[in-house]
Amino acid sequence: MAGVQVSNVSRSFGAHKALDDVSIDFADGGFYALLGPSGSGKTTLLRQIAGFDFPDSGRIAIGGESVERVPVEKRRIGMVFQNYALFPNMSVADNVAFGLSVRGEAKAVIAAEVQGALDLVQLGKLGGRRPHQLSGGQRQRVALARAIVTKPRVLLLDEPLGALDKALRVDMQIELKRIQREIGITTIFVTHDQEEALTMSDRIGILRDGRLVQEGPPEEIYDRPKSEFAATFLGDANIFRGDATGSGILLADGTAIAAGAGATLAAGAKASCAVRPERIRIATDAGVSNATDTNVLKGQVSKRIFAGNNSTYFVDRAGQTLKVIVQNTGIERLSEGQDVVLRWSPESTVLIAAS
Amino acid sequence: MAAATASRSGLRSALPLLAPAYLWLTVAIFLPLSAMVFFSFMTELPLSGKPWTFTLGNYAAFFSQSLYLTLLLASLRLGLEVTLWCIVIGYPAAYVLAKVLKGRSREAIFLLVILPFWSNGLVRIFSWAMVLREGGILDTALNAVLPFKINIDLMYSYPAVIIGLVHSYVPYMVLTCYLTLQAIDDSLIEAGRSLGASRLQVLKRVIIPLSMPGLVAGAALIFVPVVGSFMEPRILGGRTGTFYGTVIEDQFVAVFNWPLGAALSFILLAVVLVILAAASPVLKREA
Ligand SMILES: Nc1ncnc2c1ncn2[C@@H]1O[C@H](COP(=O)(O)OP(=O)(O)OP(=O)(O)O)[C@@H](O)[C@H]1O
Ligand SMILES: [Mg+2]
Repeated sequence: MAGVQVSNVSRSFGAHKALDDVSIDFADGGFYALLGPSGSGKTTLLRQIAGFDFPDSGRIAIGGESVERVPVEKRRIGMVFQNYALFPNMSVADNVAFGLSVRGEAKAVIAAEVQGALDLVQLGKLGGRRPHQLSGGQRQRVALARAIVTKPRVLLLDEPLGALDKALRVDMQIELKRIQREIGITTIFVTHDQEEALTMSDRIGILRDGRLVQEGPPEEIYDRPKSEFAATFLGDANIFRGDATGSGILLADGTAIAAGAGATLAAGAKASCAVRPERIRIATDAGVSNATDTNVLKGQVSKRIFAGNNSTYFVDRAGQTLKVIVQNTGIERLSEGQDVVLRWSPESTVLIAAS
Repeated sequence: MAAATASRSGLRSALPLLAPAYLWLTVAIFLPLSAMVFFSFMTELPLSGKPWTFTLGNYAAFFSQSLYLTLLLASLRLGLEVTLWCIVIGYPAAYVLAKVLKGRSREAIFLLVILPFWSNGLVRIFSWAMVLREGGILDTALNAVLPFKINIDLMYSYPAVIIGLVHSYVPYMVLTCYLTLQAIDDSLIEAGRSLGASRLQVLKRVIIPLSMPGLVAGAALIFVPVVGSFMEPRILGGRTGTFYGTVIEDQFVAVFNWPLGAALSFILLAVVLVILAAASPVLKREA
């Protein structure tokens, strides 16, 4: 097992910079999610770490050992592909045995290891089947067993759950997390799905146009996004744009929005504030107030979407539509067209410098 | 049960679509072939106006003279050698086309591979004659480059026959292998390498087994016609170019003993079918 250090890695395809000076430290034994829109360079970064492709510049180290020029088969990594990439000409057991058998391990050792790996992914009885006789979720488990049976130093997964339906996806998320904990392997996981990234990983890196936008634990990125992009890409956010006043901003219509303590920007600079929809309280009258909710805006409900345990309200104000999510406690039911007051605390407001 | 019913009703609805193909097969292959079967049991060709009777003598002739068996074995060996050379040359070419080249260069090379297909067979063979004979293109070119004098005269030899046949038939191997190789997902190759396999191990354990159907199809497409071939052996082989196929051809165009020619053809057909049937379980297991 080993950590992975990516330092100043760049990779261009023609004139297009797929990776632009990316540095990330993947901690030993950690579960790391790489998140970003399509074409942001997630797969490219994973392929540099795996050794399918080589960076134009920069360093990659696995377990402290420089590997930029080491070919993939010598890097001792495990890889799980989005399309599973199981060998159709081999049984499930032979698929899992492949990595051990090319190494020339003894037959008895291979058989025992393969059975252990299949048991770990709860497919102990299906070793004799062919890949095409398995369901999508089972194939994914085989791919995982095949990747970890060789005891790789790092496990790389490129959207491994992308082809599964929602319910199966959630099952596999739990399963993958359990297995990762059990063997304690450094895991780098590429995903499109922000919820998946939030629930599964210890740290998240957000990529955009080949650059690392922000990196840190899920809570930190969610609560303290450093850019409008990070705020809106990971979770939902209401963005207000205006001029910085020191510890908040002044909107064009003169409304002041206060941000949490410690956030300061030079007064007068362009800045924005981000507020999560679930942090805003919505009410019909100005009377009911919480002392800490000093940010107040008036608006009108334009739409309400009921989703069982919560409702999303779209509130129009001064040419902007704000999103508010309210837990369904059975007390408040606001109807479309109703005038409302929105309140939230400065602590729930993140001040972001204009980029 | 349900599947069987479904496939039967599927067949019924497919019948109108299949009918033209079967009609064509009947007219173009079955009728002439059955006429030949008929001829092969006759003493004389009815067209010549001479009296004729039914006989097994044409088939007996094959067994009464060891020459026919010797020539048949030589032709089978020729078929095997040409097929092997086509694999040796065609498979790597197909691999490069399917997995290494991309875009325009792939199209260009593909065209070069197909080109012999589009040229007339005789033109192709006579061009080889010009290349291979003493004082021909190969001889002159090699002597211009090499510091010492060598004599290249491959004309009228077994290697010349092999070269001509391999050149004619290698596109089949390239095409069938290209199709199966192209269907192999690149991620399978990457998966193999990520598991620690070298390129050679991936080739041996993943790519070759998965492209076996293409190899088998290509081998069958090449082996069968080569065993019966007569044009290349006659033109490029000269006196050494007497094979089973040339003997059959002689019966039809020189000796005018069609019944014997037909009987020899059907013996060849039977032998080839037996070989393919015997090989198929082995090949199926491989694939
Ligand atoms: N082999 C290649 N040749 C040319 N361009 C490439 C190649 N591989 C990737 N790219 C380009 O690099 C950019 C990043 O691609 P990459 O596959 O890393 O994106 P991604 O973040 O994985 O996207 P997705 O979420 O859609 O999988 C894209 O613009 C892509 O077109
Ligand atoms: Mg990708």
